[in-house]
Amino acid sequence: MAKLITTPNLAHPDDFYAKLIATHDGLTEDDSMALNARLILTLANHIGDQAVLEEALSVAKATA
Amino acid sequence: MFQDRYSLAFKLYPYAHSPDQDAAAPVRHPVIVVGGGPIGLATALDLGRQGIPVVVLDDHEGIGMGSRAICFAKRCLEIADRYGCGEPMLDKGVVWNLGKVFHDDRKVYEFNLLPEAGHKFPAFINLQQPYFERFIYEQIVEEQKKGAPIEIRGKNRVDGMTVAEDHVKLDIMTPDGPYQLEADWLMACDGASSPLRSMLGLDFEGQVFQDSFLIADIRMKTSSFPTERWFWFEPHFKSGASTLLHKQPDDVWRVDFQIGWDVDRKEELKEENIRARLDAMLGEGVEYDIVWSSIYTFQCRRMKKFRHGRVFFAGDAAHQVSPFGARGANSGMQDVDNLGWKLGMVIRGEAPDSLLDTYDEERIHGADENILNSTRSTDFITPKSKVSHIFRNAVLSLAESYEFARPIVNSGRLSVPCVYDGMSLNGPDALPGGPARTRPGASCPDAPLGDAFLLNQLGNRFLLLTIDADAPDSLTEDGVAVTRLALSRDQDPSGALADRYLGDGASAVYLIRPDQHVAARWDSYDETAVRTALRKACGKE
Ligand SMILES: Cc1cc2nc3c(=O)[nH]c(=O)nc-3n(C[C@H](O)[C@H](O)[C@H](O)COP(=O)(O)OP(=O)(O)OC[C@H]3O[C@@H](n4cnc5c(N)ncnc54)[C@H](O)[C@@H]3O)c2cc1C
Repeated sequence: MAKLITTPNLAHPDDFYAKLIATHDGLTEDDSMALNARLILTLANHIGDQAVLEEALSVAKATA
Repeated sequence: MFQDRYSLAFKLYPYAHSPDQDAAAPVRHPVIVVGGGPIGLATALDLGRQGIPVVVLDDHEGIGMGSRAICFAKRCLEIADRYGCGEPMLDKGVVWNLGKVFHDDRKVYEFNLLPEAGHKFPAFINLQQPYFERFIYEQIVEEQKKGAPIEIRGKNRVDGMTVAEDHVKLDIMTPDGPYQLEADWLMACDGASSPLRSMLGLDFEGQVFQDSFLIADIRMKTSSFPTERWFWFEPHFKSGASTLLHKQPDDVWRVDFQIGWDVDRKEELKEENIRARLDAMLGEGVEYDIVWSSIYTFQCRRMKKFRHGRVFFAGDAAHQVSPFGARGANSGMQDVDNLGWKLGMVIRGEAPDSLLDTYDEERIHGADENILNSTRSTDFITPKSKVSHIFRNAVLSLAESYEFARPIVNSGRLSVPCVYDGMSLNGPDALPGGPARTRPGASCPDAPLGDAFLLNQLGNRFLLLTIDADAPDSLTEDGVAVTRLALSRDQDPSGALADRYLGDGASAVYLIRPDQHVAARWDSYDETAVRTALRKACGKE
C-alpha cells in the first residue's frame, strides 16, 4: 500500500521553498489563503490516494 | 375545532361520516396509516394490492397546494411502476440530462447525466409533488375498483394514541366530533413534524442548518429557458448566496434562492420582494406569473429507531434530509417498498415478527446514507466557516479550467438507491465474476427484454431469476412460494442483461425479494442453498 513519504524527497528544497514564497508575493492575506487552497486541491488530485492524503492531514494537524 | 393547516391543490377525499364513528366500542382494523402524503398513500397502495385491509387517516381532504419535491429518481419511479402508477408520472414529467454550474457571472462547467440505455425509467424526472401524489391516489382508486380493501378518511385528525402490546388505540377528531379506532399495526406517515412521534415522546436528533431558502415556482409568459438544471454559486445578480433553476411540467420553472438565516419571512414573501429577486436574475422584460412561493429551512436528522413495537415510522416522520440531492420523497418511497412485503408476510402468518425488525436495519442504513450525502452537499453549497468558504471557491475556480476539480463540485448528489450490504436477510454471493451492482442487497437494475423490461416481470413476490440455468418452475418453502423467471442470452440482443446480471459468468440464478432487491445469487441451481437463502430472506434463520 502506498504510504506518505516523510523522509526528504525534494531534490532542491531551497528552490522549491523560494518558489512557494514568491508565488504569494504581493497577494493579500485572503488571496494567499485562496491560492493555498487551490494548491492543496491540485496536489491532492495528483496524489489521488485517500490513505496517503489522510496521513498527510494527520501530519499537518499533529505538528501544530 | 377543525382548521386546515394548508390549502389544497386537489380535493380528493372529502370528509364522510363512517359507521365506525357510531360503534359502541372502538372498531379494530388490521392496518391504519396516519398521514395521506406521498408516503402514506404509497403504503396504502402497497398493502391494499396485497389484499390487506388498510385505513388511511388524514387531517385534510386531499393533496396540499404547492410543489415541494420536484425531482423524482429512477428507483422511486420503478417502485411506483411496481404499484402501477409509474407510467403516468413519466408521461407527465420533464426528463432532463444537461446541467450547468455557474459561479458569479461565469459558467464553471456543464455536465450531462449520460443515461445508461436499456432502462424503462430515466435517472430523474421533474414533476410537481401534487401530481406525484395524485397519480398514486388515482392508482388507489383503480385498485379499489378491482376490490383492494383501501379506505381513505379525510378530515380525520389523530390527536392521541395508546400503544399496547398487540395493538394501538387512536383518538381521532372529525368535523362530527371525536371517535376511537384500534389497529393491529400502525404506520406513522405524518410528516416531518410528526405528531405521533411527539405523542410517543420519541427523539429526533440531528443537525439544523442555519439558512433559509426562498422558492418561487414561476410560469414564463414571454421567454423560455431550456430544459436544463442551472445552479449558481454566489450569483452576480445577488438574489441569493446560491440559486437553482429547474424546469417542471406546465411551463413552470422552480427557482430556489438561498437567502440566509436572519430573514423576515413575511417581508421576503411579499410579491414585490420576490419579483425583485427574480427580475435581477431574469433580466429586464421577462414576463412571468408566480405560481407558488414559500420559504423553507431544513434539518438532517432521523429517529433512533423506526419500529416501535406495533408502530412503524416512514418518510419524513422517520427521517429528514436537506432537499439537495432530492432524497426526501425518494427515500420515503424506498421505506414503503421495504416494509410493505414484510408486513404483508407477517400479517398472513408467512414470516415471523422478527422480519419486521429488518425494516429498521435496512432503512436506517438507507437514511444514514441519505443524511451523509445531503449533509455534504449542504456543506458545499452553504459553507459554515471562512476556510470552508475559501476551499469551496477554490474548487469552483479550478473547475472552470481543470477537469479534475469538477467531480468535487457538489450542488447535490442525486439520489440513488442504497445497497443493503452485509444485512441479515442477505444470502450468499456465489456467482464468480458476477457484477458488483447486482450483489446481494442491491436493488435490481432494469434491462430490456424485447419490447418489455425486466423489472416489470419481477416484484410483488419472491422470484427465482435464472439466466441460462436449469431450475424448477416453482418451489415452496415453509409456506412461501417462489416462482421462476427463466431467461436466456438469446433474449438479450443488447447484452444489457448479461452485462448487469452475468458479468464474467456463463449462467446465473438469482433469488429476488418482492421489493426487487437481490437476496442471493449463484452460478447454478442448488435446491438446498435456495431453500436456505429463502428462509433467511424471510427472517427465519
Ligand atoms: C422545498 C422542498 C423541496 C423538496 N424537493 C424534493 C425533491 O426534489 N425530491 C424528493 O424526493 N423530495 C423532496 N422534498 C421532500 C419531500 O417533499 C418530502 O420528503 C415528502 O413530502 C415526505 O412525504 P411524507 O408523506 O412522509 O410527509 P408529508 O408529505 O408531510 O405528509 C404528511 C401527511 O400527514 C398529515 N398529517 C399530519 N399530522 C396528522 C394528524 N395528526 N392526523 C392525520 N394526518 C396528519 C398531513 O396533513 C400530510 O398530509 C422536498 C421538500 C421541500 C420542503
